[in-house]
Amino acid sequence: MKPPLWQSIGFYILVGVIVLQALFPFYYAILTSLEDGQALFEVNYLPRALNLANYQAMLSGGVFGKQILNSVFVATVVVILSLFLAVTAAYALSRIRFRGRGLLLLTVLSVSMFPQIAVLSGLFEVIRYFGLFNSLWSLVFSYMIFTLPFTVWVLTTFMRNLPIEIEEAAIMDGASSFTIIRRVFLPLMWPAMVTTGLLAFIHAWNEFLFALTFLSTDSQRTVPVAIALISGRSEFEIPWGNIMAASVIVTLPLVALVLVFQRKIVSGLTAGAVKG
Amino acid sequence: MSKTVQKSRLSRSRTRSAWLFLAPMLLTLAIVAAWPLGRTIWFSFTDASLDLMGEARFVGFRNYLEYVAWGDGEGQYYGLLADARWWRSVWNTILFAVVSVSFETVFGLIIALVLNQQFRGRGLVRAAVLIPWAIPTIVSAKMWAWMLHDQFGIINDMLQTIGLIAEPIAWTASPDTAMVAVLMVDIWKTTPFMALLILAGLQMVPGDIYEAAKLDGVPPWRVFRKITLPLIMPAVLVAVVFRALDALRVFDIVYVLTPNTDATRTMSVFARENLFDYDKFAYGSAASTLLFLVIALITITFIMATRMDLEGKRS
Repeated sequence: MKPPLWQSIGFYILVGVIVLQALFPFYYAILTSLEDGQALFEVNYLPRALNLANYQAMLSGGVFGKQILNSVFVATVVVILSLFLAVTAAYALSRIRFRGRGLLLLTVLSVSMFPQIAVLSGLFEVIRYFGLFNSLWSLVFSYMIFTLPFTVWVLTTFMRNLPIEIEEAAIMDGASSFTIIRRVFLPLMWPAMVTTGLLAFIHAWNEFLFALTFLSTDSQRTVPVAIALISGRSEFEIPWGNIMAASVIVTLPLVALVLVFQRKIVSGLTAGAVKG
Repeated sequence: MSKTVQKSRLSRSRTRSAWLFLAPMLLTLAIVAAWPLGRTIWFSFTDASLDLMGEARFVGFRNYLEYVAWGDGEGQYYGLLADARWWRSVWNTILFAVVSVSFETVFGLIIALVLNQQFRGRGLVRAAVLIPWAIPTIVSAKMWAWMLHDQFGIINDMLQTIGLIAEPIAWTASPDTAMVAVLMVDIWKTTPFMALLILAGLQMVPGDIYEAAKLDGVPPWRVFRKITLPLIMPAVLVAVVFRALDALRVFDIVYVLTPNTDATRTMSVFARENLFDYDKFAYGSAASTLLFLVIALITITFIMATRMDLEGKRS
């Protein structure tokens, strides 16, 4: 029962359109980033030049390199910290029966629905109070608001589905809860931790509103804000080539992550929602 | 007897360690979420300014609505609820949320149906579809700002080549098309998320249903209408609510793609402008509080309506 020819041709055209629309803007950004001077202002559909001047301009100044390191630092620390806090919390929420557990989980989950703007003014005060304004720690700290609820939720669901037998023996032997987490659960949790860690990393890498508000000097900024603030002397001198080069540089690691960890990312994204 | 005593001591010690394990996470969330939210709401009832937060005085509902009498029997309403710019941004936000989520659902459904088929290179197509989602919002906004450029943009070039438009359009600068531009970028960027959620729903539909329908000779469109769609409806609904909540707080795309225009200013953008650009900290806090209330109401309704399975009893 093979479908008729026109149907499979139609199907592959549809697939082609889907792939083309998904990739074209990124392709065009790469193409633009390789053009310089006048070439920039002629619309090309296929690459004509291979000019690395824009990349040199972005990377030689030093500030953009520092900004990339800022982003790497913030995203990495956010991942480590939220995984650590979430694993212990998820253990308590999934393996120990106590009163108020459901309500607690509901509260944690509801935090992920908070609009960032709703906490912005209060958080601004807290960050000034702790003396963290214009410090990268202000971002590490504030990003917990969106990484923690999600990480706790996914890890809790994952842990809940592990069979009870695996910890019974350890409890009988009198192992402490912390030992149980470290010796029994951590080795089993890697898949879920890689998934949530990846999503937390991508989220922290891309965040804009907090980074725009809590950092004030160029050398402290993370890359999304840096790119948003690249400007020329006037509206007509916006350095599009530089902007596209910077965009390609910060997006390439993410594209690589998506290609390598495609399955993990998909399962993490859907775990957050479908399980509801 | 002695066994139950022992058991309850064990369970009590486990309960204690549960709270011990939860404490760091709960404390963090209290400092980054609960307390700031409370302060935002408090600021909205004060005359706080950016530099004098500590000395904020309670002023009641003045930031929300206040009637100032001019003394001759006439007067005027002031405050957020009487601010035409605020209502314009409420309208923009709702328009943005409804249109973007509708298009994303339709496109997401189409892509999910395609990805649910068996064909060569499916893994690669799925990875390609994910890429717009992974690109930082700011970067997508900039990429599209360049493609939508009025003089050198490739979109105008394409549309002129195929003869759809005669003159180049100033997509992001003109008030008539600014919202269209924002919607275009958001739909492009977020459809993958929708597609993946719907795809997860599609993959839970047992394959033998399709087999049976095929044997009975049911045409594909009817299979979709009568079997597939009802079965994936719960997944689609969850995805729609998630996206709608996300769309209502939209900030990045609007802020970067079309700064400073009444045509696209959303509630989040309005709030931030007042908080940090116009030095109307209390007024901005009032706007933030209202946005929070709207989203909280929708969330609570959603949780009640679906009776979410939090204790894990059903699984």
